[in-house]
Amino acid sequence: MSEQGQSYTTGQHPDLPAPVSTTGVIGWMRVNLFATVPNAILTILAALFLLWFIPPVLDWAFFSADWAGQTRDDCTREGACWVFIKVWFRQLMYGRYPVEELWRINLAYVIAAAAGLLLFVPGLRGKPWIGLFLLVGFPIIAFILFVGGNFGLPVIETPLWGGLFLTLVISAVGIAASLPMGVVLALGRRSNMPVVKALCITFIEIWRGVPLITVLFMASVMFPLFLPEGMNFDKLIRALLGVMFFSSAYMAEVVRGGLQALPKGQYEAAQALGLNYWKMMGLVILPQALKLVIPGIVNTFIGLFKDTTLVLIIGLFDFLGMIQLAGTNPDWLGFAIEGYVFAAFGFWIFCFGMSRYSQHLEKKLHTGH
Amino acid sequence: MSMNPHTQESHASRSHMAISDEVAIQMNSVHKWYGQFHVLKDINLTVHKGERIVICGPSGSGKSTLIRCINRLEEHQKGQIIVDNIELTGDLKHIELIRREVGMVFQHFNLFPHLTVLQNLTLAPIWVRKMPKAEAEASAMKYLERVKIPEQAKKYPGQLSGGQQQRVAIARSLCMNPKVMLFDEPTSALDPEMIAEVLDVMVGLAESGMTMICVTHEMGFARKVANRVIFMDGGEIIEQNDPEEFFNNPKSDRTKLFLSQILHH
Repeated sequence: MSEQGQSYTTGQHPDLPAPVSTTGVIGWMRVNLFATVPNAILTILAALFLLWFIPPVLDWAFFSADWAGQTRDDCTREGACWVFIKVWFRQLMYGRYPVEELWRINLAYVIAAAAGLLLFVPGLRGKPWIGLFLLVGFPIIAFILFVGGNFGLPVIETPLWGGLFLTLVISAVGIAASLPMGVVLALGRRSNMPVVKALCITFIEIWRGVPLITVLFMASVMFPLFLPEGMNFDKLIRALLGVMFFSSAYMAEVVRGGLQALPKGQYEAAQALGLNYWKMMGLVILPQALKLVIPGIVNTFIGLFKDTTLVLIIGLFDFLGMIQLAGTNPDWLGFAIEGYVFAAFGFWIFCFGMSRYSQHLEKKLHTGH
Repeated sequence: MSMNPHTQESHASRSHMAISDEVAIQMNSVHKWYGQFHVLKDINLTVHKGERIVICGPSGSGKSTLIRCINRLEEHQKGQIIVDNIELTGDLKHIELIRREVGMVFQHFNLFPHLTVLQNLTLAPIWVRKMPKAEAEASAMKYLERVKIPEQAKKYPGQLSGGQQQRVAIARSLCMNPKVMLFDEPTSALDPEMIAEVLDVMVGLAESGMTMICVTHEMGFARKVANRVIFMDGGEIIEQNDPEEFFNNPKSDRTKLFLSQILHH
């Protein structure tokens, strides 16, 4: 019997539309914003807070900001002086890499972007080849382009590398190395062979237990003490090794969580079918375990991306390092806020991008159960 | 209970299914401990090719452990296990050879959820037996037809019912063309209306001459298909006999107690 007192024969009740006040925008607002009196009060307070907070920020960042100019004198208005960022933009992006060689970095970006975009084309065949290219071929090409010395390209020493370019180099190497190393360490830690297990546990606990700053510092200062006279390791390489080992220790524990979460029956079914250890891991266990811990893996990648800022400690000027350098330049004192806001914005773009990609990956790999 | 025509007929058809003299599995004085807990005590068992054996018993009696020792999912500490003339030791090569010839069906199916049904079936033939993909897929479709669900080939395990999943699991083991099939309580996790479809597949398998060892509580299945029913309790084989004798004339008191518990509800 419906509310209006109309009655239907049993089994003949039609599908009626829902009442207006429970659906659509008004329905959503009623349920989520104004459901009870305390909720309604909180909603109003929150709205008032946003009204108080957002307009001045927007005003500072956009409406009263300086966008055009070449020197500090062009910073006349009350808002942010984005001229500062504009003038320093090349250094913030590339460090002290010579202007006439920047095409090499840009070429590498274009190649990587093209290969990456191809991976997004649905149904394209040969994606594993593209993946292989990105993991093996592209690093070689990038190395030749960035360092030079072959094919008539002048050598550009690594102290000149900086800015966002350096951040991307360190993060990319760290990310690309930490996942396979982390998987191997996790498998080793769960192994039945006592020596392998002990070595992996030791490695993980040491590199996880010290701050990245000390790792970088020791790699930069102490490592050369152990090398024979005259042998010198490029500072960037030392930093890269430190970042790789540090990050792989974290990744190992994330992967191990995934391996533990899989039901024992999966291991048993794979073994019962005659799969040996590596086939079982590669075909059955790791695809499931890694899929399970995508949030953890991407979280570690995002953390690593931001941790690269610590290379400032050893005199490498990454994105944040260049911004700080620019901010302490005698001609441009007083624009620290613009610098850090731009830094935050820059990092946020990349980290949010990684986060969105991870959600896309999770949705794509969700095989319905 | 006197012999009625029905049991006479199945008795006849059972003897029709040839049991060869060749020994498929030989277990000699096998003992197993979990730590200090003595879970298998002096197991002696000979399984001939073509035999269908049902193992029953109360829980904790070691029946699952016994069949899991055969494909080395569990290790035995004492005694000998010989499968298809290969001795089961710590030697990985032996273990891998044995696992190719011994298929196992689990209580909880253990299908690979990230692969389609067809991929589940072709995984081992392609990667272990090195079969070309087309051949493996043809063989997989043949077995899917045999378990009566060829239309589910492209679905994922999560989209199938329990009975369908278990039939896929049986087909997956069969794709490796094993010499022996082990079943570890294959219908215990199924809703009653799906048990029949899985048992039908298993009966069909038995009638085709497969050597089978089945841990199960389905006594109807045992009566229909088994050559031998083994009763285990406390890690020992208490009694074994052909189904007629076993159900009608149990010798040991423990067997009688067990039968009275499971046959009366």
